[in-house]
Amino acid sequence: MNVMRKTLLISAMVAAGTTAQAANVSDDVVKIGVLGDMSGVYADISGQGSVEAVKMAVEDFGGTVLGKKIEVVHADDQNKPDVGSVIARKWVEEENVDVINGAVASSVTGAVTKFMSSKEKITLIAASASHAFTTKACSPFNAHWTYDVVSLANGTVKPMVQSGKKKWFFVTADYAFGHALEKVATGVISNNGGEVVGGVRAPLGTTDFSSYILQAQSSGADVIALANAGTDMVNALKTAAEFGVTDMVDVAGLLVFTPNAQALDPAVAGGMKLTTGFYWDMDDQTREWSKRYMARMDGKIPAMPHAGAYSSTMHYLKAVEAAGTDESKAVMAKMKEMPVEDFFSRNGYLRKDGRMVHDMLQVRIKNADERRDGNDIFAIEQIIPGKDAFLKLEEGGCKFALES
Amino acid sequence: MNNKKLNLILLGLALVAPLVLYPVFLMKVLCFALFACAFNLLLGFSGLLSFGHAVFLGSGSYITGYLMLSVEGLTPEVAILAGVAVSAAIGFVYGKLAVKREGIYFAMVTLALAQLAFFFYLQAPFTGGEDGIQGIPRGKLFGVIDLSDNLVMYYFVLAVFIGGFALIYRTIHSPFGQVMKAIRENEPRAISLGYKVNQYKLLCFVISATLAGLAGSTKALVFQLASLTDVHWFMSGEVVLMTLLGGMGTIWGPVLGAGTIVTLQNALAAGPLGNYIHVIMGVVFVICVLAFRNGLVGELQKLVKRNF
Repeated sequence: MNVMRKTLLISAMVAAGTTAQAANVSDDVVKIGVLGDMSGVYADISGQGSVEAVKMAVEDFGGTVLGKKIEVVHADDQNKPDVGSVIARKWVEEENVDVINGAVASSVTGAVTKFMSSKEKITLIAASASHAFTTKACSPFNAHWTYDVVSLANGTVKPMVQSGKKKWFFVTADYAFGHALEKVATGVISNNGGEVVGGVRAPLGTTDFSSYILQAQSSGADVIALANAGTDMVNALKTAAEFGVTDMVDVAGLLVFTPNAQALDPAVAGGMKLTTGFYWDMDDQTREWSKRYMARMDGKIPAMPHAGAYSSTMHYLKAVEAAGTDESKAVMAKMKEMPVEDFFSRNGYLRKDGRMVHDMLQVRIKNADERRDGNDIFAIEQIIPGKDAFLKLEEGGCKFALES
Repeated sequence: MNNKKLNLILLGLALVAPLVLYPVFLMKVLCFALFACAFNLLLGFSGLLSFGHAVFLGSGSYITGYLMLSVEGLTPEVAILAGVAVSAAIGFVYGKLAVKREGIYFAMVTLALAQLAFFFYLQAPFTGGEDGIQGIPRGKLFGVIDLSDNLVMYYFVLAVFIGGFALIYRTIHSPFGQVMKAIRENEPRAISLGYKVNQYKLLCFVISATLAGLAGSTKALVFQLASLTDVHWFMSGEVVLMTLLGGMGTIWGPVLGAGTIVTLQNALAAGPLGNYIHVIMGVVFVICVLAFRNGLVGELQKLVKRNF
């Protein structure tokens, strides 16, 4: 049996080798897998919206590339690294998926990018926050698109410290993402002459933040930084408002997505400053795209990962066309060569280490009397140029990018 | 019924299955089947409901994963043995504490101990917290056979499964297994006959924990990942569901239960019903408890008995 298995294996390998050489596009189809949280806490900021955004990009591109069909498949990773990596494995090994777009929770993204890199396939990271994928866990097959913890900390924390808010207190989500965000933000604070006077770590999914907020209040801090996301951020902020803390000190949300901001009462959240990679109502270009998106999504406004999913898919398809093949290395070379300029990305380019550097927005949540309607949430305060927003290539310590 | 023939047919099917079905999916089924069988040894044959069995699965997978990743040149069988040994040790300590209580208290003690371990694994630096241990190399079995190929890995997992399954089969059909069943049916009588009940329970607990650890260690190599999912109490609940659905106290029940649940999860994750995965699992559980308490295999056996 051993001999038979060996011959089977060899013949399979030979067959795989010849098909890869014969056609420019492997198995005559470019298949994009959208992996995201379709049903859990991050479903609003990725989920079906990301699937629609990727489909929009494919339709806008014309549905074919190099004369071959483009297909989109999607699946729910349930925010679990094991589920995500099993899906990725099945997609690549069984269904000939060429590229994965999405992966939200940083833990899932870590597992998926490791697997994809081992198979020399590209991952377009459109929703994850951790900056690990372009620093210590970087790979020549990662493209980190929308934002990361560094750009959030730089955008939100730096101007506040510089304006004289020196004492900071952290309310941190007690898992990898929260810790990373707190660490990066602490660095920004101390580099700009501020200090961290204290912090608490709340488990993911905490509903009662009162004891944490009271600790923050009694710490004498100028700013309470919320290093959490989604419903955790919403609950912490609500509690702060109920205790009247928001009238006395500033509260800074370090990661606030548009749906979260929209869900908050303007009386609670109005005036809060935050950083985002995209806002639908920025200019004509963003409005044009967002209107088309909303028409497909029952009027829901896009969050930044949705816009990032579209932009990264579009750029990938353009690179496939320019490279004349869907072979990952050639496509990635083209992606890093061509500028990224569309409704989402301004002055954007994909850096050697896989970081897509583009302008970020510092925004303020509008008060009730400023709002035109329910979708009118942010007022743009400042545009942060990409080179200031993201970590520098040299500081990131991504080995392959520094060596080449 | 000719059992030998049936076993041979099943073995034959398992050998050719990866040529038709996706090997990684089959390996997942086998790992969970072994886990469920180990759990069933405890619940089905000694009547002890452990609600913290995920700890043994997770410990096995964390230890194996960590060793494979950090120790240069370590062969997978050594890493698996280390994972299994740690699971057995934890099983001994937890079992020693838990068997002193019965019924719901036993379940609560195991759950509490499992939560302790969960938070340990969440905070311990070597586990990578929420990220888990990623990119575990499969390595070369005995330093010779490269496991990175899915087909080779499948036959290795199949061998591990058959080994574990045979051990469980042997345990159940040994005098020790008879005593276990006696304790399950009537504990005071077993005591009055002079059996040291707690020692029997403890040994059963340790065997079950060891095999659960074996399943976890193998799973870590298959998916090249060890994560919090493996130690979370959801996993403890899932194995209860697998065992009940397949048929508690039957030999093949947990295998069928694990196969059904894993297939369901796989089919649902990709389809349009993906959003309702938890709802559907809940409904399955309720139907199972209300309509066929003996599980799939249990009902099948009843049907066979009645009609043939």
